[in-house]
Amino acid sequence: MQVVQQLRIAALATAVIALTSGGALAQKKYDTGASDTEIKIGNIMPYSGPASAYGVIGKTEEAYFKKINAEGGINGRKITFVSYDDAYSPPKAVEQVRKLVESDEVLFVFNPLGTPSNSAIQKYLNGKKIPQLFVATGATKWNDPKNFPWTMGWQPSYQSEGRIYAKYLLKDKPGAKIGVLFQNDDFGKDYLKGLKDGLGDKAASMIVLEESYETSEPSIDGHIVKLKASGADTFFSVTTPKFAAQAIKKLAEIDWHPLHIVVNVSASVGSVIKPAGFENSQGILSAAYAKDAADAQWANDPGMKKFTEFLAQYYPDANKLDSSTVYGYGAAQTLVKVLQMCGDDLTRANVMKQAASLKDFTPDTLLPGVKINTSATDFAPIEQLQMQRFKGEKWELFGEAISGAIE
Amino acid sequence: MELFTNQVLAGIATGAIYACMALAVVMIYQAIDHLNFAQGEMAMFSTFISWQLMQWGLPYWVAFVVTLAFSFAGGIAIERVLFKPLTKAPILTQVAGFIALYSIINSFAGLTWDFTIKQYPTPFGSSPFLGSQLISTHQAGMIGITLLLLTGLYFFFQYTRVGLAMRAAAAVPESARLVGINTSWMIALGWGMAAAIGSIAGMLIAPVVFLEPNMMGGVLIYGFAAAVLGGLTSPFGAVLGGFLVGIFENLAGTYIPHVGNEMKLPIALALIISVLVIKPAGLFGRNIVKRV
Amino acid sequence: MSAVEEIASQTPAVQAVPKRAMTLSAGTAFVIVLLLLVVPLFVKNFIIFQMTMLLIYGLAVLALNILTGGSGQFSLGNSAFYAIGAYTSAILMEQYNVNYALTLPVAGVICFGAGFLFGQPALRLSGVYLALATFALATAMPQILKLGFFEHWTGGVQGLVVTKPDAPFGLPMSQDMWLYYFTLAITIAIYVFSVNLLRSRSGRAFMAIRDNEIAASAMGIDVATYKTLAFGVSAGITGVAGGLGAIAVQFVAPDSYTITLAISLFLGMVVGGVGWLPGSFVGSAFIIFVPNIAEGISKGLSGAVFGVLLFLVIFLVPHGSRQVAMVAQQLLGKLRKN
Repeated sequence: MQVVQQLRIAALATAVIALTSGGALAQKKYDTGASDTEIKIGNIMPYSGPASAYGVIGKTEEAYFKKINAEGGINGRKITFVSYDDAYSPPKAVEQVRKLVESDEVLFVFNPLGTPSNSAIQKYLNGKKIPQLFVATGATKWNDPKNFPWTMGWQPSYQSEGRIYAKYLLKDKPGAKIGVLFQNDDFGKDYLKGLKDGLGDKAASMIVLEESYETSEPSIDGHIVKLKASGADTFFSVTTPKFAAQAIKKLAEIDWHPLHIVVNVSASVGSVIKPAGFENSQGILSAAYAKDAADAQWANDPGMKKFTEFLAQYYPDANKLDSSTVYGYGAAQTLVKVLQMCGDDLTRANVMKQAASLKDFTPDTLLPGVKINTSATDFAPIEQLQMQRFKGEKWELFGEAISGAIE
Repeated sequence: MELFTNQVLAGIATGAIYACMALAVVMIYQAIDHLNFAQGEMAMFSTFISWQLMQWGLPYWVAFVVTLAFSFAGGIAIERVLFKPLTKAPILTQVAGFIALYSIINSFAGLTWDFTIKQYPTPFGSSPFLGSQLISTHQAGMIGITLLLLTGLYFFFQYTRVGLAMRAAAAVPESARLVGINTSWMIALGWGMAAAIGSIAGMLIAPVVFLEPNMMGGVLIYGFAAAVLGGLTSPFGAVLGGFLVGIFENLAGTYIPHVGNEMKLPIALALIISVLVIKPAGLFGRNIVKRV
Repeated sequence: MSAVEEIASQTPAVQAVPKRAMTLSAGTAFVIVLLLLVVPLFVKNFIIFQMTMLLIYGLAVLALNILTGGSGQFSLGNSAFYAIGAYTSAILMEQYNVNYALTLPVAGVICFGAGFLFGQPALRLSGVYLALATFALATAMPQILKLGFFEHWTGGVQGLVVTKPDAPFGLPMSQDMWLYYFTLAITIAIYVFSVNLLRSRSGRAFMAIRDNEIAASAMGIDVATYKTLAFGVSAGITGVAGGLGAIAVQFVAPDSYTITLAISLFLGMVVGGVGWLPGSFVGSAFIIFVPNIAEGISKGLSGAVFGVLLFLVIFLVPHGSRQVAMVAQQLLGKLRKN
């Protein structure tokens, strides 16, 4: 009896301690941009200029935060999302980010888009110890917690995706003669590097031609003709949607049927494959980490149902086929998760700390098996991709979700 | 050698795009005596209109004709509303006006039809043409229509009263007015025709490059280059210029070692500039003698 | 079509601006300089940064104004010289540890050379042809900067990060404020130089060429030399602006210097008033702030709103801010008489 009583007291005491320490934890802490009622988030997007197609990401995120606010906000706080246009110009990006930080006084900058723009603001934000969270670019350099502890990526890096294709080719088609068509910018060069690193010392013998194109070119027909003439039997298309679709169509027109790999950026059924023609796209390979809203196989998926309902209610003008909406939804959902984890400690340091403590988080729009994991030394939230092959009118996933992590 | 022929053929196929656009450029140059930076966007917008009409169920050729009429009227309306008030303004101010128009149309199309690419049908099909896998029936049809337009324009400017009046109004406005030409309406007519030709170019180009608000950005640069190379006053020169630019660009990309591929546009432009330095009015342009 | 030569009585592309009308009166200039000196003491760092950018783009527009408004040559390619200047400063600072202030004269001299060389073939061209040639230069520049051959220096597609300098001599000033005053000093120096240049023998030669090339050459002006000289001076000033821009933005990349920049500079010149040097800074304000205003009105249609605002400006004042200044001057004159 005595023992039981003692135990009870002990238990009570622990509970009290737990409560009070919990209370101490729950003490509200804020940095600029956060308060009892509001969390102010900054963002820059190319709403105008050459990359304006991606502006949809910003609009989706804005709509998602509207939904969160309508549902009561995060721990009672409403999100204020301030998003400015940088026109995909680095000097403008610097100006707009400084405006966000110094004039709008946001808590952090979320999902700014484009490698050049992010490179331009990285030093400034890290100098001011302001999180540059979940940047919308696939460059590898965002995973560098040692030198840039305030910058974190989100999507799988282009290089790691390139490595996944290399792994696949080494295993399934070791004698491949690869012809690469790549966009002459950071995006194209990163993929190429990933492929080459993945192929290792076989890169020189396997890659027969590296052909680059500029986004200002109206048509890439000349490059395709050259690639065909090179004798390649594997075509690695590191292209943005318009050029990927042109390539798919041109290949069919000139009756060239190599093993065709299209990078994830241009694997959208709605905005690439369908315009290029399903009949021209059979057997194309790619890798994915998110579900495709235009792909019928996800019609009954609970996550995608939530996504579709969200679009219908909060962003009805959106084109569901545009993969940028899926992207914006996933990124915004990840951020909301991080902010929930922050609780009442909305300091910049805690935002970074919580962002670096995501464990097996899965936004509604990610493929089954792809999970977000981060740690103090791992600032690359999504690292897995799954290979897929186009058949009929949809992608067929095969193999397992592979990590392309760069050691 | 096979690669060479292939690249030349591919160059001709791409050149047809440039030639088509260059014709529209020449048209507006004949009418207003300078280049319209918004021309590509106007063509893009017309193409979207025809696409929208087809989405609503109209057959291709009906949509084609309606779009042509719409573009003609639209071109005239733009001139009357936006550029007629600027007639007395300095030329550079008018150029700023073109840039403003470019910005308005591009942004508006982006909001209305968003930036994802759209498939655009072709009336010619896209099977290989005459057994050559390098030129599709669509591209052959495009070259055919370009040549047809060229012939039509040639006769229009050379033999019809309106065509001659238009040339006179652009080249020597004062004298034109003295012989009773309504120069103001000639300019509006020129805008209308340029917009209509531009819409044909857009509808022919869209099946190749896919329809989206930024589709004409690159095309217009090449169209200007082709028109300037051929001589801005000659429809024939413009078309030939288009094919030459297409072929040369491909050959430079293929045969100039190291930098050829990355630098094919700059190299093509440098070549055009060298041609201009030797023949300042382009290959087929008329020399203009300045009166002091 | 035919070899018939047409005779055209061409109106000059650029209106003749008398050289007196190209500058400000001493009183106005004094007030403006005073404002530029004092305002930064009372505003946020972000505003100071914007003011710095205003001066920098203002210099670039001024350079274009000397070329177009001064010598009558049209250029859509000044973004290329801006890029060369920016990369010169960035490479010297980051790869060779040269002091930032010393990189600017180097950038200016290199760009002067580049402009002078480019001016040679451009001599044979005028009007739309020159526009196309300069346009070609502007489109080529980002591609040249990306070339693998130069990657060792330029950082290729990734660009280069530039370190912002601290205020010297332990001055109690933020980096932004120091850079602002540094830029202001350079801007005033270049502005005074430009005004004097246009008032000098060379300036008169520029304007004679602008107004009537044939008459100018008949008067014994060496048209070729002065035209290329105008290109060189314009490119040199643009280069200095580019170098300052690289330091202020702390980053250079090929994407920063596309044709969009060249078009912005051109718009700045038109809005400011072609040939009116102080207008360059009004034009610069236009290209920095009006896109922000347009975005504030409508995010989805920001481009359209910008276009409409631009149309409004050129409808109301086809000669740019020069027209506003002239009207204001006349009004003031009337008031004084009364």
